[in-house]
Amino acid sequence: MSGSHALPLLLGVRHHGPGSARAVRAALDAVRPRAVLIEGPPEADALVPLVGDEEMRPPVALLAHAVDEPGRSAFWPLAEFSPEWVALRWAVENGVPARFVDLPATHVLALQGEEGTEEGAVEGADPADGGEAGSRPGDGPDGPDGVGGTGEEGETEGRAADMRVDPLAVLADAAGYDDPERWWEDVVEHRGAGEDPLAPFAAVEEAMGALREAYGTGGHDRDPVREAYMRLQVRAARKEFGDGIAVVCGAWHVPALRRKSTVAADRALLKGLPKVKTEMTWVPWTHRRLSRFSGYGAGIDSPGWYGHLFSAPDRPVERWMTKVAGLLREEDLHVSSAHVIEAVRLAETLAVMRGRPLPGLGETVDAVRAVMCEGSDVPLELVRDRLIVGDLLGEVPSTAPSVPLRRDLERQQRALRLKPEALERELELDLRKENDAARSRLLHRLRLLSVGWGEPTASRGGTGTFRETWRLRWEPELAVRVAEAGVWGTTVLAAAAATARAESDACDATALADVTALAERCLLADLPDALPTVMRALADRAALDTDVAHLAAALPALVRTLRYGDVRGTDTGALAEVAAGLAERIFVGLPPACTALDTEAATEMRRHVDAVHAAVGLLGGVPAVDPDGMRSRWHGVLGKLAARDTAAGVLRGRSVRLLLDDGALDTEEAARRMGLVLSPGTEPADAASWIEGFVGGGSGGLLLVHDERLLGLVDTWLTGVPAESFTDVLPLLRRTFSAYEPGVRRSLGELVRRGPAAGGGTAAAPAPGFAEDLDAARADAVLPVVRLLLGLDPDLDQDQRPDGPPDDSVEAAA
Amino acid sequence: MSVSIEPTSVTAVSDDSAPAKGAKNEQALRPHAEDAFAQELQALAAADDRPRPARWKMSPWAVATYLLGGTLDDGTVISPKYVGPRRIVEVAVTTLATDRALLLLGVPGTAKTWVSEHLAAAVSGDSTLLVQGTAGTPEEAIRYGWNYAQLLAHGPSRDALVPSPVMRAMGEGTIARVEELTRIPADVQDTLITILSEKTLPIPELGEEVQAVRGFNLIATANDRDRGVNDLSSALRRRFNTVVLPLPESPEAEVEIVSRRVDQLGRSLELPQAPDGIDEIRRVVTVFRELRDGLTTDGRTKLKTPSGTLSTAEAISVVTNGLALAAHFGDGVLRPADVAAGILGAVVRDPAADRVIWQEYLETVVRERDGWKDFYRACREVSA
Repeated sequence: MSGSHALPLLLGVRHHGPGSARAVRAALDAVRPRAVLIEGPPEADALVPLVGDEEMRPPVALLAHAVDEPGRSAFWPLAEFSPEWVALRWAVENGVPARFVDLPATHVLALQGEEGTEEGAVEGADPADGGEAGSRPGDGPDGPDGVGGTGEEGETEGRAADMRVDPLAVLADAAGYDDPERWWEDVVEHRGAGEDPLAPFAAVEEAMGALREAYGTGGHDRDPVREAYMRLQVRAARKEFGDGIAVVCGAWHVPALRRKSTVAADRALLKGLPKVKTEMTWVPWTHRRLSRFSGYGAGIDSPGWYGHLFSAPDRPVERWMTKVAGLLREEDLHVSSAHVIEAVRLAETLAVMRGRPLPGLGETVDAVRAVMCEGSDVPLELVRDRLIVGDLLGEVPSTAPSVPLRRDLERQQRALRLKPEALERELELDLRKENDAARSRLLHRLRLLSVGWGEPTASRGGTGTFRETWRLRWEPELAVRVAEAGVWGTTVLAAAAATARAESDACDATALADVTALAERCLLADLPDALPTVMRALADRAALDTDVAHLAAALPALVRTLRYGDVRGTDTGALAEVAAGLAERIFVGLPPACTALDTEAATEMRRHVDAVHAAVGLLGGVPAVDPDGMRSRWHGVLGKLAARDTAAGVLRGRSVRLLLDDGALDTEEAARRMGLVLSPGTEPADAASWIEGFVGGGSGGLLLVHDERLLGLVDTWLTGVPAESFTDVLPLLRRTFSAYEPGVRRSLGELVRRGPAAGGGTAAAPAPGFAEDLDAARADAVLPVVRLLLGLDPDLDQDQRPDGPPDDSVEAAA
Repeated sequence: MSVSIEPTSVTAVSDDSAPAKGAKNEQALRPHAEDAFAQELQALAAADDRPRPARWKMSPWAVATYLLGGTLDDGTVISPKYVGPRRIVEVAVTTLATDRALLLLGVPGTAKTWVSEHLAAAVSGDSTLLVQGTAGTPEEAIRYGWNYAQLLAHGPSRDALVPSPVMRAMGEGTIARVEELTRIPADVQDTLITILSEKTLPIPELGEEVQAVRGFNLIATANDRDRGVNDLSSALRRRFNTVVLPLPESPEAEVEIVSRRVDQLGRSLELPQAPDGIDEIRRVVTVFRELRDGLTTDGRTKLKTPSGTLSTAEAISVVTNGLALAAHFGDGVLRPADVAAGILGAVVRDPAADRVIWQEYLETVVRERDGWKDFYRACREVSA
């Protein structure tokens, strides 16, 4: 057998191709090589024995990371149906040495650094993304593996790769296919086992040879270096084991490995490659991450389907349809055996019509949709999520070396002088200090990762926003948590950002407040990379939430966050935009939401109106928002609310009051409205609740003290309330007036005793102890003291907020 | 008059009447698909060398080409009848080639009837075997009725029988069509079960049955929005492969469909040509799509979806309406104000909930958009 093929045996594969994997196994069984060489980082050679470990379950990934800089890392994911995995397993099972022959990770990571992938950038990206960014040369844009195309999504290097050749596209185009993926499936993956297990490899090699002749490296600049290294390794292995070795690598590289070249020439190519100290380990991987949907990973869109193709012993379509039926039945959808039969038939007929040798994923999906899902995409999504992609989570034996996240944490603990201690202790942080701020960020990030080392507690030393108190306690199981969190990334920052993003996706549609809280936590943990995603989620939830109360409850928190973010110096542009959008939605939805409410709901809503009013006022100070437009629209809403008869009295009264306070309504008009409500035509109970809305709360009494006309109106109305209604309105009135300061109550009482004659139609007479007008000189005298109290430098204040009203600064400082 | 259900005689009849039919169609307000596109069908059948299922006029592949359009080897251009995903047409045609019936689902205005007519025309060369589903569709419309004069005069016999379109299709081995299946009362719907599963229609009065000839199949259409009116029983549902016809995928495609259709309608209504209409059409289509999808076109903002269907057909009527307004009461140019009222009417179906949704959309999306000031103002005016 070994005489029929060229030596050494080169098995060109497509990464994650089940057909390739089968073919590799058949070829290895037939040829029985004395050593297996695999495309991958040679540093992982020591980890090969773990492949045979009981606890090792694919999908897993080889992870390489720089020792001093865990953020710089690269992943080589392997699924059960990856040809490389199959080759590894074969080698371990047959006691044959297996070696990785690709360019060592030490160079790959060093090159990655040189290419200007700054630590921050890598950390900011998804964990796997950061890893694969330009660092998975074996997987991205080369050969049939290029089909998998990490190059397509999220790869920094890949973005520049538009001019690169996709070899499969060229071949598929020549064969008259418009979809390269489908072509490869038809020709390679779906082909049954032929007579000669080596024939497919010969054919692929020939095709790739023709391509390489035409396109050279096809724009994959690092390939010559990698291929030179591989050639050297192959040569060394032949010296050691003789010609009976097999090489499993991306099909694209096969012609280059076959090419004769001198040792000296290859060495020359490898000269002067930068190095960085690296470590390797196995990490668990998931099918979801293999899939392209999640935006990173090795870039195949149907790992579950591939896994099925690889593991099904025969009749893959029938077995697949049965699986789908089983899943749909679990979800209580009625799928009978007849459905399965019809689906298989439809898939096969479709394949014939489309001229394909076997039904592929496209045909089976179409058939499932038409037969089992009644044309609907909703159950189909389930099939896609659970079966086509799949939930499979890999496992790695505990003997595998520890994850880089742990290292990063230890490094930061040293740098911040924050030792993990089992004993509980309290930690006071002053956020104005650089080191303390960094500590706070670390603790907040760990909290996001559910590593509960520190719990925030109420500060004893006051309520300043620059102070934080933590209760620290390191428990041994936290180490396990850290290891678990290793899935999210290689550094605390990256992992926390990834978690926050995942959480924002996971929050269900009703939990607007949850997302707001998450946004707040992102700001505390200083995760600017996660914030946009969270903001998106927040904006989406807000857009779909139909309950104005939810929106109104979320807005104040958001505006607070905005203010707080300002204090910390974070960029909050996106936040301001979302807050403004939220406000607009509230403006539109509020008037209809205020109709037909019972007393309790109306009181609740009144709180929301007040909160929104305060928030709108605060928003006015944010530069990204157009404050005047927003304020005037809010006034419009309040005006509408005040005039709406179906709205509860308390809300109408409150609206008029808020308008009056803002100066959007003059006293005349307010008095007219009040007169209207308090006229005899109105139900006394309704009028009383209007009054509660209008003059309720702390400052309402002063208003009555100062505007005797209003007081007169109330007085006239109250004396006119019929006896039988009086007992009904009494509790309401008592609630309203008992909230006033004793002094105010006394003044009011005096005014009322003096009689209504003083008020009424004539201009308001000055209250006892007050002059007609402000005494400007005396008022000015107070100002310096107020400034001193608020700690405001008048000049600075002028600079920062040229047109900010003074009350605004007061709120900011508070 | 009795209608024979022997396939041979039917073929003979249709051969004889072909020229007469053609002449008649010159006058027809709307010719049948098989007449309007007779040339294309002939060219396709001639060029088609792939295997054909029994009694099909052409191979499944050719049917798909007829619907989706293309150019034949001899240079004949086949116009696209359906603009949409290829997948849908392929699944539909393949279903007809198996013995499962085809159910076309979709919101109003997604060309369900149009597709079903063209499928029948291409497969059987006859799209006229049609049962229109209504709340009052009787069982006779699906099985058979009696010619009572004959029945009284000669007693029950095949001659006294008035076959339904479905029964004729069974005998001839052609495609029958049922429109608006879900509007038919449930008990009447269920008469289809035997026909679709046993492929036979018993006539107990005569002690006979009609067995479906190879080539028989059934295309039903149903409206998505009617769900729950007369839902199909699961027994019947199981006999169908379901294909959902989607709304146009890209905005360009929809603008194209709308402007083409508006143009045709405008000509038949003899409205003056509007010069700059395309911008307004694009705007209407954008508004409809965004509200329908619950997402702005830039994909950045989610939106609530109103209760109306907002189909392409409605967009067409909004624009046509606007054109009429512009022509008769405006300056002849389609302006934002001309379409604003129409859009409001189409969007706000439920006065409470939809109005909030519409205003939210106006305030959060339209107001900020560049070049949409006029439109915003016009909409504000009509919504106030």
